[in-house]
Amino acid sequence: MSGTYPGTPFPQAAAVSTGDRTLRANLRHATHTIRAKRARAVAELEDWDRLRAAGAAIKDRTLRHLDHYLVQLEENVTRAGGTVHWAADAAEANRIVTELVQATGETEVVKVKSMATQETGLNAALAQAGIRAYETDLAELIVQLADDLPSHILVPAIHRSRAEIRDIFRDRMADWGRPAPDDLTDRPADLAEAARVHLRDKFLGCTVGVSGANFMIAETGTLVVVESEGNGRMCLTLPDTLISVVGIEKTVPAWKDLEVYLQLLPRSSTAERMNPYTSMWTGTTDEDGPRSFHLVLLDNGRTDTLADHVGRQALRCIRCSACLNVCPVYERAGGHAYGSPYPGPIGAILTPQLRGLASPLEESLPFASSLCGACYDVCPVAIDIPEVLVHLRERVAEGGETTVRGTRTVIKPARKHTAERIAMRATGWALNHPAALLKAQRLAARSRRFHPRRLPGPGRAWTDTRDLPAVPAEPFRDWWTRTHGGTA
Amino acid sequence: MSTNTSRERVLARIRRALSDVPRHERPGDHPVPRDYLLTHGERTPQESVTLLAENLADYRATVHRTDAARLPALLAELLDRRGHRRAVVPHGLPQGWLAQTSIELVPDSPLLTPRELDAVDCVVTGCALAIAETGTLVLDAGPGQGRRRITLVPDHHLCVVRTADQIVDSVPQALRRLDPSRPLTWISGPSATSDIELERVEGVHGPRDLEVILVDGDPQALTPPA
Repeated sequence: MSGTYPGTPFPQAAAVSTGDRTLRANLRHATHTIRAKRARAVAELEDWDRLRAAGAAIKDRTLRHLDHYLVQLEENVTRAGGTVHWAADAAEANRIVTELVQATGETEVVKVKSMATQETGLNAALAQAGIRAYETDLAELIVQLADDLPSHILVPAIHRSRAEIRDIFRDRMADWGRPAPDDLTDRPADLAEAARVHLRDKFLGCTVGVSGANFMIAETGTLVVVESEGNGRMCLTLPDTLISVVGIEKTVPAWKDLEVYLQLLPRSSTAERMNPYTSMWTGTTDEDGPRSFHLVLLDNGRTDTLADHVGRQALRCIRCSACLNVCPVYERAGGHAYGSPYPGPIGAILTPQLRGLASPLEESLPFASSLCGACYDVCPVAIDIPEVLVHLRERVAEGGETTVRGTRTVIKPARKHTAERIAMRATGWALNHPAALLKAQRLAARSRRFHPRRLPGPGRAWTDTRDLPAVPAEPFRDWWTRTHGGTA
Repeated sequence: MSTNTSRERVLARIRRALSDVPRHERPGDHPVPRDYLLTHGERTPQESVTLLAENLADYRATVHRTDAARLPALLAELLDRRGHRRAVVPHGLPQGWLAQTSIELVPDSPLLTPRELDAVDCVVTGCALAIAETGTLVLDAGPGQGRRRITLVPDHHLCVVRTADQIVDSVPQALRRLDPSRPLTWISGPSATSDIELERVEGVHGPRDLEVILVDGDPQALTPPA
């Protein structure tokens, strides 16, 4: 991560980003391109719904016995020659990685794209210790060179057009190593070639690699990295030391389980039958690949998420980003408005759970959705994102019990939602008291000439983009009593 | 500070978080429906070969078909056509395969550095198996395949697949035949990226040219010596 996300709440951040025409054009183009491709790739498999059900169930099986599977994973990684470290939070993970790099005497590392290390801010922590981390995924490279922030899970530079990328390469590559050629065009193939040449030296010379992982197999101790460019293979096989930082929820029980995810993930993610490269390794292998392998298992809010019976399904996520690509809110607001490396619908339920409802930003995220449900439809592990959004909205508005850093706490209702709470309580009371409800409806019907078009006070914002519904001249129940549904 | 403490802390947090899971539930008890398909569609072996060839080509690999007797001539032609000077070859690659080419053969060795590999034009290998439905080659670092880096650093990879016994239809079938204790590399086309405007571009860090040779004929005659 080049910088840190500002903690601006979603509505304010989105108010700015939705006004950026270039950003909206870039996002619209990219998300619409991938949507149609994904639909075609998924349609090729007639058993997609069954694979999806299996994918969800395997993750649920793992999560319900996560302690068992993690211990089994640790045993098998250790037996195969790896070393396992446990990190309760981001700071601890960063410290472990920093010390491991320092122990090698190296001051540069090559990195393959990893959401976990984005989440922990590893690059900044390494920089503080005088260690330079080179991002090698093309989009991560673009973000790093531009001193920018990722805005998409799969394509962190999705907010950049090809012309912008050419300018970034031309202006910044020299600061990080081999400069871009003078005659660089904005053809994607030329840009990819420039990245290849720029990074080649780093790959061939670097002795420490840092990665994440898409899956960890408990019964065998195998790690799996799914990628396209070959930068992953470079980082996983050329260095002497490999350090993988992986969220504890990436565990799956059995080797056999990969048959589900290796069908679900590529088609949901890049809309391919299979991604160009998948690497699988178990510990270390003599004279092939790194001689030392370290696995850092990361909690950083995952166990807090696990404690929430409704919200824990977010931990099934395999980071495919299909939900981002279909989301009407993401398409318009862009990824930065979500204030974390996890944007879009999954970010709106993951960030408030991993971090807790710690600030107005996290409190705003569950509301960054129209609840249209497109995200749930495309999710390859059937995370009911709208259900979790509504659940988290209730938590924000009403407060209640939650787990923060392993401790059960009761949080207070968020202040901004007082009017909503009063309105909901009044509605609840009225619906439980039919006589009062009828009186109120009759009063509303008789006074309808005087109703405003817009709500006063705190409801005003809601009516900025909506008209208040018109109240009928006669309450439904009165009409029914009078006409018996039009038959009298 | 010590991660051992963190290990206990994380495991304790997990156990507290899962207080709703019944105590008698065993790890394998939560049901997983496995009614998904083992393969997608019925195919004869020849149809599987054709599908593999189509899917490989769809992702911009170049596909050739030949038989065991003509393999050495084809390999020589493919290597000479590009004016290659040096090819890295893994241990266990049948010597006959490259008998008709005159280019310098560099044997795979742990002493070969990445920079030395970068100075080699191409690599010729076999594979562990290939998956027809996805157009995927799987290498397991076995005989005739070599260490993972030799199929990564050179810019041109020629991979020989025996049609008689190395092609499976589907991902589930492939996993059943593979050994997870070996380092595995799954390759589906040359390296690619979708990072610029989500459009696929072939050719980034891995070999930009992937040529696959599907060989019919007696697999024994082509099996690398163990």
